[in-house]
Amino acid sequence: MTKWYRKNAPITADKLADELMRLKRGSVTRRHFLGVTGLGLATAVLARQPGIFNATAFAEDLGTQMSIATWPNYHDPATFEAFKAATGVAVEVNVFGSNEEMLAKLQAGGTGWDLFVPTNYTISTYVKLGLIDELDMSKLPNYDASTENPRFTNEGIVDGKTYALPKNWGTTGIALNSDKIKKPVTSWKDFFEVAMAEADGRAMVHDYQLTTIGNALVSLGFSFNSIKPDELAKAEEVLIKVKPHLYAINSDYQPAMRATDAWMTMCWTNDGAQLNRDMPEIKFVLGKDGGEIWSDFYAIPKSAANKAAGYALLNYLMAPENAVKEHIANGAPTTDSRVLKLLPAEVTSNKIVYPDEAALTPLEFGAAVTLTDPGRAELMARFKAA
Amino acid sequence: MRKAMKTKRNLVTAALVAPAAAWLTVFLVLPFIAMLVFAFGERAPEGGYQAAFTFAQFANLPTRAAAFWNTLLLAPAGALLCLLVAYPVAYYLALKANPRFRLILVSLVVVPFWTSLLVRTYAWMYILGSRGIPHLLAMIGIEDVRLLNTPGAVLLGIVYGYLPLMIMPIYVSLEKLDRRLLEASADLGAKPVSSFFGVTLPLSLPGVMTGVALVTILLLGEYLIPQLLGGGKVFFIGNALVDLFLQSRNWPFGSAIAVTLVAVVVIVLMVAMRIAWKVAGTRQVDLV
Repeated sequence: MTKWYRKNAPITADKLADELMRLKRGSVTRRHFLGVTGLGLATAVLARQPGIFNATAFAEDLGTQMSIATWPNYHDPATFEAFKAATGVAVEVNVFGSNEEMLAKLQAGGTGWDLFVPTNYTISTYVKLGLIDELDMSKLPNYDASTENPRFTNEGIVDGKTYALPKNWGTTGIALNSDKIKKPVTSWKDFFEVAMAEADGRAMVHDYQLTTIGNALVSLGFSFNSIKPDELAKAEEVLIKVKPHLYAINSDYQPAMRATDAWMTMCWTNDGAQLNRDMPEIKFVLGKDGGEIWSDFYAIPKSAANKAAGYALLNYLMAPENAVKEHIANGAPTTDSRVLKLLPAEVTSNKIVYPDEAALTPLEFGAAVTLTDPGRAELMARFKAA
Repeated sequence: MRKAMKTKRNLVTAALVAPAAAWLTVFLVLPFIAMLVFAFGERAPEGGYQAAFTFAQFANLPTRAAAFWNTLLLAPAGALLCLLVAYPVAYYLALKANPRFRLILVSLVVVPFWTSLLVRTYAWMYILGSRGIPHLLAMIGIEDVRLLNTPGAVLLGIVYGYLPLMIMPIYVSLEKLDRRLLEASADLGAKPVSSFFGVTLPLSLPGVMTGVALVTILLLGEYLIPQLLGGGKVFFIGNALVDLFLQSRNWPFGSAIAVTLVAVVVIVLMVAMRIAWKVAGTRQVDLV
């Protein structure tokens, strides 16, 4: 217990001098000296990042545990194992299905998260509500703003201050099992029609108002972000009509798609890439009538208990050699040109991950107002309770 | 002197009751008051609660009629189904099982409770999903059977999850049954079937009532099983509450629904208990 407690505690100046003298006298081993002074850990970390004197984040007491809130199938589990091996900090992963749920948890307080993964359209609200910290960039030397694509990273910056760093970007499209569904599906209009016909009882929509309502709006020719009451009322009709034909309302759709319980679902890029990689009959298509383009960020909650570890993990994830492994495992496209260079050609040439610009043109970024609009929140709740 | 003793005894009683009273106040009464206050408030612009005095939340209750209806229908239905499965098991355990193995058998009923209901429900997702029973059925030529995410799957999950809670009270009431009453009934010429309906069943009614009440009350708050085995489509009040607090962030409306649910439960329980004790209670008195 005591040894474990001491492991990451900072050493005092007196004790350092003490240990140094003992080392000189030869009464301690070099390994013991490095261990008690923490220099061993610091040099180990420095060795991983050649040429940068960035031990500040690691010189602090990182504790032994931290918590991250993120999305299903979103990380390479090996990343957190490697982080634990490098720093001694175990990462607990909490999985969520919607940004609304994350916001609700943060509003209620005491989440225990030290890092979380909000989507572009939520950041300004988090800042407004004072739920996230402005990032101390001196603790994040692995991040390089000049190699980022501003199209995807803008929304992490509010009033000139950086509150969130990009994880990756992506789209929200349609995943369908081509062995089961023969009719071509190329738009959200098709999606809802096929869900009531060929894929009756086999289609899934997200348990997430942004995409489920947004795509219903798109299928009617309206904006993905509409909050106009008459347009929302028509989208509600579409959803209520399709509900009896749905397999499930669930944002964690990979298990059902893999088991072929479900044949078609609303789907994010990264899940689409993973599903298609493992089961080539599952195709991923973007709605030609529209839909969502998004980027996810890392942010640190104001209420985080172990901010030092939150920064350390964030900095770790921003190192291109670590990020590239995440991207290969998770399948989402990167915002960082340094990572892009490291990715294998079969990833960068994958049209699911990096679609043509023309396919992206009709897509819209989620708008901040959709997060807080009571009309959309109530619509989703009514749809589920119907 | 006597008065002093009486005060002392009152003080001791008060001291003994205090922890329970404090517990109830802090964890039951205060949250309920908070909920009542919330129920008359408004949703803040970014979600959550904002002080107000309005009946708008209660006026909005009809939009959740389907959830109330599902809950008030499926909770008692689930409890009755549970009862049908549980009674023979409890009867066997209490009256037929070899006394040497009885304790082991009773433990076997409780053992599943050592594992989280979540994990066990996930197991059912696998069994009912395409790779489970439907896969076996496909082997013998019955194609495309859908079991998961149906109301049937939800009922199955409910019976499975709550069975021990139904078996135990019935088992206890049957176990206490005075065997001499059965002998007397047989001596007086009753056939086993009429003995069962005339003696055993009425005497086990308190256990049955406890089980039904227990399971029904817990089911009124259920949300996990409908979510996992119903695919989020078979909606309970519990699911409506999770949605309102965790997605819509509409605390006032969620509170109004919760308050209404509590009121409905209290009324249903009072009526049920009155009927129950009229049926079970008086017969017991007659026999003693």
